[in-house]
Amino acid sequence: MGDYQQRVILAKLGLDGHDRGIKVVARILRDAGMEVIYLGLRQTAASIVAAAEEEDADAIGLSMHNAGHLTLGPKMASALSDAGMDIPLIIGGIVPDEDVEELMSAGIAAVLGPGASAEEVVATVQDAISARDEA
Amino acid sequence: MTSSSDSSKELFERAVKGERRSLGRLLTSIERGGNEAEIIAGLAHQVSGNTHVVGITGAPGSGKSTLTGRLLKLFSEAGEKLAVLAVDPSSPLTGGAILGDRIRMDDLAGEESFIRSMATRGHSGGLALAVPAAIQLFDAAGYEPVIIETVGVGQVEVDVAGAADTTVVVVTPGMGDAVQANKAGLLEVADIFVVNKSDRPGANDARRDLELMLDLGHVSGLEQITGYRPPIIMANSLDGTGAEEVLGAIKSHAEYLHNSGTIHNRQKERLVKEIQNRIELLIGLTADGVLKSELGNRHITQVLDRKISPAEAAKSIVRLLLKD
Repeated sequence: MGDYQQRVILAKLGLDGHDRGIKVVARILRDAGMEVIYLGLRQTAASIVAAAEEEDADAIGLSMHNAGHLTLGPKMASALSDAGMDIPLIIGGIVPDEDVEELMSAGIAAVLGPGASAEEVVATVQDAISARDEA
Repeated sequence: MTSSSDSSKELFERAVKGERRSLGRLLTSIERGGNEAEIIAGLAHQVSGNTHVVGITGAPGSGKSTLTGRLLKLFSEAGEKLAVLAVDPSSPLTGGAILGDRIRMDDLAGEESFIRSMATRGHSGGLALAVPAAIQLFDAAGYEPVIIETVGVGQVEVDVAGAADTTVVVVTPGMGDAVQANKAGLLEVADIFVVNKSDRPGANDARRDLELMLDLGHVSGLEQITGYRPPIIMANSLDGTGAEEVLGAIKSHAEYLHNSGTIHNRQKERLVKEIQNRIELLIGLTADGVLKSELGNRHITQVLDRKISPAEAAKSIVRLLLKD
């Protein structure tokens, strides 16, 4: 991993207004020294791809609490790969254990559940960025 | 950032042709500073000088981003391809930042427009160098106007917004009386005032205080020197009231700058300021090095022994450095 300021986009995709978790994660990443570009609610795959281009993001974190992760997660991953963008996509929120494998095979870099500690959140984002940089 | 080895020059050529991702990556290099940033700024400088730079500043929570979002919509509807650079503070403790200005802009942005968030990153001169370079880059890539949004606290942030061709200062009701308005250096850089949240109590008082302050400029002769009196616009960015007037005022101010020839002074001031900032940065870096050198240590020892004062030590070191 290079010694540079990491920039992470955080967003909620589609109709899902539960934004307490994403705000906590934004604060955790900021306090770990990262720059968080906070897009907030009701984003679309296209608006997130556009923001990632303009902001030159190192990672994208999606918060999902509406059981839409199996539909929207892979959709977001393919929107990024269709745009030719190699940016790790991390999903946080309420994701049942049995769905994790399916998400990972759809190109999601990592999944963080409600039990994740601040250290885990930071380490997961950093590892995902390092893995991309080394690839 | 992607792990590609594309040179800055190739990225620059692609950005000028309209490739947004290349522009995004160049902005990252500019933010990081150093040699690459200088190369990019150099390339951009050669073909810049065409865009109109609008600075939007004001206290935290005064509605700058919401107003910027409104302007984005209006400019986009008028067919303009504009760029927004939204500057937010970094945490002085961790260096991290939450950049949330896009929330208030994304829905309103046209597909042609480009929004970039930038953190102040705390380090000396960083912002003061990165912002002008980013402006030149947007300029080279054909964006017009370029809007710079900064919080109106801290000298660098005010300088950055004040160095624009047109500076919009956003105030809100309850910010204080006319004496406060005279005190704040922020107000002196204003070409346009916006009293935002004009539905709130005290909005007319805020307007009156600003009018009074401008009247005093007339008494003292400042207005005659500049020949321009900033308009005061009542706005409510939540419902869009006043946004068209702000747009009109920006266009009128641009016309005033061009008709009076003041635009050349502004552009010159901005470049002179950039040279000055770069000189200060270079000297600062040199000073850091010198203080760790043998020459520096000798002076530090003499200061510690009370043989010379810190001021004498500094002068002596600068004299020796300039000789080389």
